Amino acid sequence: MIPLLIGVSLLTFLLMSLAPGNYFTTLQQNPQVSRETIAKLQAQFHLDQPWYVQYFYWLKNVAGGNFGYSMAYKIPATALIFQRLWNTFVLSFFAMVIAWGIAIPLGIWAAVKKDSWVDRACSLVSFVGLSISDILLSLLALWFAASTGLFPIGGAQSPVHDLMSPLRQLGDYAYHLILPALVLAAADMAGIMRQMRSNLLDTLRAEYVTAARARGLGEGWVIYKHALRNAINPLLTIFGYSLAGLLSGAFIVENIMAWPGLGRLTMEAFFAKDSYLVVDCVVLATALLVIGNFIADILLAWSDPRIRLK
Amino acid sequence: METAAPISTTEPKLALSPWQLFRQRLKRRKIAMLGGVILIFLYLVAMFAGFVAPYGYNHLDTDNSFHQPIWPRLSGLHLVVPRYESAPGDFVYREVPNDTKPLHLFIRGDQYKLFGLIPSSIHLFGTGDQNYPVLLFGGDQFGRDIFSRLLYGSQISLSIGVIGILLSFTFGMIIGGISGYFSGATDTVIMRLCELIMSIPALYLIISLRATFPPGMSSSQIYAMIIIILSCIGWAGMARVIRGMTLSLREQQFILAARALGQSHLKIIVRHILPNTLSYVIVAATLSVPYYILGEVVLSFLGVGIQEPQASWGNMLTAAEDVQYLHNYPWLLAPSAAIFVTVLAFNFLGDGLRDAADTKSL
Repeated sequence: MIPLLIGVSLLTFLLMSLAPGNYFTTLQQNPQVSRETIAKLQAQFHLDQPWYVQYFYWLKNVAGGNFGYSMAYKIPATALIFQRLWNTFVLSFFAMVIAWGIAIPLGIWAAVKKDSWVDRACSLVSFVGLSISDILLSLLALWFAASTGLFPIGGAQSPVHDLMSPLRQLGDYAYHLILPALVLAAADMAGIMRQMRSNLLDTLRAEYVTAARARGLGEGWVIYKHALRNAINPLLTIFGYSLAGLLSGAFIVENIMAWPGLGRLTMEAFFAKDSYLVVDCVVLATALLVIGNFIADILLAWSDPRIRLK
Repeated sequence: METAAPISTTEPKLALSPWQLFRQRLKRRKIAMLGGVILIFLYLVAMFAGFVAPYGYNHLDTDNSFHQPIWPRLSGLHLVVPRYESAPGDFVYREVPNDTKPLHLFIRGDQYKLFGLIPSSIHLFGTGDQNYPVLLFGGDQFGRDIFSRLLYGSQISLSIGVIGILLSFTFGMIIGGISGYFSGATDTVIMRLCELIMSIPALYLIISLRATFPPGMSSSQIYAMIIIILSCIGWAGMARVIRGMTLSLREQQFILAARALGQSHLKIIVRHILPNTLSYVIVAATLSVPYYILGEVVLSFLGVGIQEPQASWGNMLTAAEDVQYLHNYPWLLAPSAAIFVTVLAFNFLGDGLRDAADTKSL
């Protein structure tokens, strides 16, 4: 996990060093800022050094828990970035809970009632869901919020957030979270549902299911006790894949619905040429994904004894 | 999706070749065929965008800013377009009664180049009069015809998908083939690189890659840049799968035979191993095109892809990001409907191809 993150940070650092200009390039056009000041500032951020030297400074700081200084925001990046990371985590987590919570039962239902109207409706909806992009969904959600006034239009808190009691603040945050989380979940749901349906159909064809039926077990017992347990396993392996999609989806949703997460920060840092901040964002987003995959592996080992024994 | 009908018994009982079987199975999937037909239509329209579009992609007319869609209607035997008058208020247009102009086919209008080569000014339809615009999907903030821009945008969005797939899948197949065939250290290095690329959430990597390009590029350079960026990411997943397939293929007898005949390693990979992975690759490619199209859309939408005044489905949607605009002028969302239809068609087709290629199930 750690070597991977080091590799990712090295790669992003290399890419950022290839980028033309840095944060201070724009300052150079300002006649009020002298060359010496810019040179001093550049030296202060080690921007006058080659990229690998910069990288070692960065790595040394990160090892000590210091994610550097945001040149554009003029504050230490650590506080900024962890607040944004938390927002992205909350958004992705709730979207995931909603998506899996709805998609799994629907997938089971569609598989059990194969070829019925339920199945057909589910497959149609999932086709539409697979094809609808996060951009369109977010824009539609914005439109919905603007037309009905039921939900806030973007952001994570109301203008009067700071005046509220802590409990009201939490409620305010949750209220702002609903729409982005729903949008993100809707985009994620279709794939999981289809996977669940086909997995369950595959296991229902297995011989041990026939054997269980031959022994005279009730249909409910056969499906939920025997087939479902085996059908869930492959789903945990797509968990990581779905998580990667979720983080990319969150990137779009954050940018359109003004949810102050990592994706939005990445774009802001990108436009401001705040290169260290971009690297921080990419590394943390990757860490989120890697940790998610790690948890999925543990869950898989927990649910499938065959993997544990390996 | 469709349940397979039993093969009729009147057919001659000859064993079908895998290709014939594939075609037969594909034809039975109506939804896949529908997807294919829609795609052929979309690509044809994109090729003739300049001709089909009534206006140029940068035909400014600020008198029509945020004009609502204007559809021709039937009057007697002619299709006519009503005239609109701007009414008091922001971008409110009212129809003038009994003032219409007939719609003509093959009418002269804005200059364009068919296929980028043949200069022409003949458009499929139009009124030929500035005061009677035909805005099928309404006007944008500069009064440009959204329908025309949608067609010009489809040239970019649709072609990026296909070119990107061709590039990254060719690259991915060769790298994956090499990795699986030689195994050992080569394999380890390539696979670690793939894992590295795949472990970064795609959009974060795309933005980092985007940062390496200088500002102020021409539109064709940006077009190439988007393809390069998307291909840089897309090859990794392909390489991994092809590597897995190559690992099992290279143990087969025919590879041993090819080596005994003294064929070079590269020739064995390209001529004997990779063709065996083709059925998987075609299905995967069809299902992956939407991701490339969406990649372009996202980049342009975020303002780091195709730039104004050039039209792309992504940068047209940027106007809809403004909640005020979106609320008052919902036709700005037209490009997203185009994206939806395209992606849906690719998914229909890809799904059908996968089911048809999967000879295990009947």
